[in-house]
Amino acid sequence: MELFLNQLSCDLLSIVIFLPLCGAFLVLLTKTEFQAKVIGLVATLLNFGISLLLLYHFKPSILGFQFVEVKEWFPILNLKYAVGIDGISLVLVLLTTLLSPICVLCSWKAIEERVKSFIFCLLLMETSMIGVFCALDFVLFYLFWEGMLIPMYLLIAIWGGPKKDYASLKFFIYTLVGSVFLLVAIIALYLKEGTFFIPHLLFKEYDLKFQFWVFLAFSVAFAIKVPMFPFHTWLPAAHVEAPTAGSVFLASILLKMGTYGFLRFCFGITPQASLKMAPLILVLSIIAIIYAGFLCLAQEDMKRLIAYSSVAHMGFVTFGLFTFELWGFKGAMLQMLNHGLTTGALFLCVGILYERTHSRLIVDNSGLGQRMPLFVGFLGLFCFSSFGFPGTNNFVGELFVLLGAFESNKALALFLIPGPVLGAAYMLRLLKRLVWKDGEVLPLKDLNLREVLYLAPLVVSIIWIGFAPGGLISLVEPSLRVFLRTVSGG
Amino acid sequence: MGELFLEFFFFICFLILFGLSLRRGPSFRLKGVASFLSFLGFLISLWALDKRGSFFRGLYVLDGLSQTFKVFIAFGLFLVCWMMKEEDELEKGYRGEFFAFLTLSSLGLMMVVSALEFLTLFLALEISSYSLYLILPLRRNAKEKALEGAIKYVLFGAISSGITLYGIGYYYLLTGTTKFHFLQLEKDLLGFLAFMLVFASFFFKLSLFPFHFWAPDVYEGASNSLSAFIATVPKLGGLALLLRFSGLIGGGELLAKVLWAFSVFSMTYGNLAALVQKDLKRLLAYSGIAHSGYFLFGIITFKDYGRLSSTFYGLVYLIMTLGAFLTVILLSQRDANPTLEDLRGLYKRSPLLAFTLGVSAFSLVGIPPTGGFMGKLLLFVSVFKEGYFTLVLIGAINTVLSLFYYLNLVRLSYSREPEVPMPIKLRSHEKILCLFLIVLNLFLGILPSSIQNLFDISLTISHM
Repeated sequence: MELFLNQLSCDLLSIVIFLPLCGAFLVLLTKTEFQAKVIGLVATLLNFGISLLLLYHFKPSILGFQFVEVKEWFPILNLKYAVGIDGISLVLVLLTTLLSPICVLCSWKAIEERVKSFIFCLLLMETSMIGVFCALDFVLFYLFWEGMLIPMYLLIAIWGGPKKDYASLKFFIYTLVGSVFLLVAIIALYLKEGTFFIPHLLFKEYDLKFQFWVFLAFSVAFAIKVPMFPFHTWLPAAHVEAPTAGSVFLASILLKMGTYGFLRFCFGITPQASLKMAPLILVLSIIAIIYAGFLCLAQEDMKRLIAYSSVAHMGFVTFGLFTFELWGFKGAMLQMLNHGLTTGALFLCVGILYERTHSRLIVDNSGLGQRMPLFVGFLGLFCFSSFGFPGTNNFVGELFVLLGAFESNKALALFLIPGPVLGAAYMLRLLKRLVWKDGEVLPLKDLNLREVLYLAPLVVSIIWIGFAPGGLISLVEPSLRVFLRTVSGG
Repeated sequence: MGELFLEFFFFICFLILFGLSLRRGPSFRLKGVASFLSFLGFLISLWALDKRGSFFRGLYVLDGLSQTFKVFIAFGLFLVCWMMKEEDELEKGYRGEFFAFLTLSSLGLMMVVSALEFLTLFLALEISSYSLYLILPLRRNAKEKALEGAIKYVLFGAISSGITLYGIGYYYLLTGTTKFHFLQLEKDLLGFLAFMLVFASFFFKLSLFPFHFWAPDVYEGASNSLSAFIATVPKLGGLALLLRFSGLIGGGELLAKVLWAFSVFSMTYGNLAALVQKDLKRLLAYSGIAHSGYFLFGIITFKDYGRLSSTFYGLVYLIMTLGAFLTVILLSQRDANPTLEDLRGLYKRSPLLAFTLGVSAFSLVGIPPTGGFMGKLLLFVSVFKEGYFTLVLIGAINTVLSLFYYLNLVRLSYSREPEVPMPIKLRSHEKILCLFLIVLNLFLGILPSSIQNLFDISLTISHM
């Protein structure tokens, strides 16, 4: 892939990556909790603004990495500080910067103790998440990939729910086990090519056996992160116990890192092995979609339900990717984004409810139609979006994935059909039980301005993508074609 | 002889502290004096970094390797003096002796890394060991434990010294000299045997399998800051020796195989045993045994980049282990041995201390962006390059194994409620030390190239 060095007068991409980090250190210096929150909000909002500049200067027609910065880092290992983005990264970076201020806002009242440290962790998370999507050096990538573990772990372990201990430990161990294999694969690649520089490692002709092993190591790491079917058990635990902001980051962005890894590294570095292993991944994706769908039907805890629905949704993403059709790729890419928006929004809603009723169980929160009408409006939209109602974002994404699936393998594609149906079943069931209730209900305070403010951008993006996905697709399509060509073109 | 000013300085320090120990008046704080002197020593070691030369007819040499490790040793001594709580740890009357012999032990280690002849080496090793044997029982509390530890330390030390002497005998038999000139010539079985026997003392210093048995008991018996010293500084001495020998021997299939096996055993045994520990210091002892296994990664490559990786890891190990021990020292009341349970809710009691422990623990596992990650990356790359793929895999599995007990430390301190919700008050110099170790650790992980000079220097190994 070609590199287009940063032509702007400043290192825009580095600023986007490290601005939250600077904010984090500022937070440490603050005196009061309020100051910390304000700094957190300003830093994340500012970063969102700057990332829009990236969008403005981005040229979709160019095939390759843009805004590239390359500097020497550690010459002994030939490490470079190299960052750059293509369409795929850009979209995910924007998603991250959009959600970060929302996460700060949603924690404004919910987090009562050790607010400074909390904002510090959130900002660290933002830096490392953006870093993952921008890194063009494998060690830098790994640094961000793993560096995010520690603040996420702390978010769950300190501010988490009653079973935070178990959940945080499980999250950490699962992720680290995967990452160790990732590291071994990275070293193997380094020894083969003598560099950690990702553009020099992509699209090379490695021999099949080597590809196979690298793919295996990669896919364990990425599958745990996604999470794919047999590795998904850490997800409900972590989601349920994490504070709202943690859940949103986890669902909306961390999971995307797995699929991003599949797309960028498995397809870019080990295309033939990916092609060979595709049936396995497809089957696992189908199992994830159906199995998680049924699990959702049985959940009593809202967060657990949404967590399992994440597994199903991510199943669609992996399925779309491994169809190796353009429709599938586009659908997967859209679904990555959609899942980030919709599931993030659903977790925010649960957080809002939890602040009021201190329970995540569906039965404790029912009858909302009378209690919080405005809130139900938002919740309804997000639930409809989640099961892919036409006019919302998920509809487009799932449709594209299905198109891709039918193009590549009709028999397997049939198994996808129950997915959206189950989705509708569990989401409508959730909505029904939350909204209606017989008998008297206690009144609850409806949404305040702050909550409406942070839900509104999500509503806008959900509907915008639902009706006009074209702009977004034109951003990512050229980059997707590059990867598609590598895999199927050989 | 001006180049040897560093050694002279440490000897003078020893004399000064020894002189102070003779004062039997009202006790006064020797910690300040010792910290100041060791800080001066550290500065002088930096000054001495580019001094080169050969002394006493080639028995004693100043080369890149020795000078680098002298910096590490002086730095370690300085940090240990800084973090010590003397009034809690030592009997009133013995503070002077303690610091005097701690300095002498460091001096011994500095001579160890410069020795270029077996008898010099042996003397230096014994100086460094005997000083520690002496001060180990000076602990104020837990007298029986301290005595038990001291006896074990002496016995194992004596045995390993004896084995080393035996090996030196073989070497003399083969070459007719005790100088290191002919190290690379001895590739046959007898030469191999000689090396293995000689290595006993080095392994003892490193607490490497099969000479690791003393470590948990000694750590448990020694006062907290003395165990911090034993866990780090002598290990660096042992590591430097192995690096020198690896450079001088220059290879050997059988040797590499045996070291490979020791590395694997040490890692696996250390990590498995650490999983079940209840006592924090014993846990760190086993962690140290495991880390000695990692040190060997760079040695068995017999290449410059491997040695560089091990040197880097040595420095990182010093910092991360001292970070963990700093928590032990500051956490414990009156120098009691803290258990894992004592860590509960540390975050609530002292956020800074919990963070220090967290960074050290994550670094010990090897999670970015800590120094431990960069060190492990270097080590893994260097053995992978030499084709030891199995070793890489075993190392990776061990990393996962070790995650359980290191993460447990973090977990206890962050996600459990404290049993005694009493906050731990840190004094300002202790806070500075915490921050210093954290920053240094992250710095090594993020910008390792900034000390590349040091590593380039450390690669020059003289044999004359």
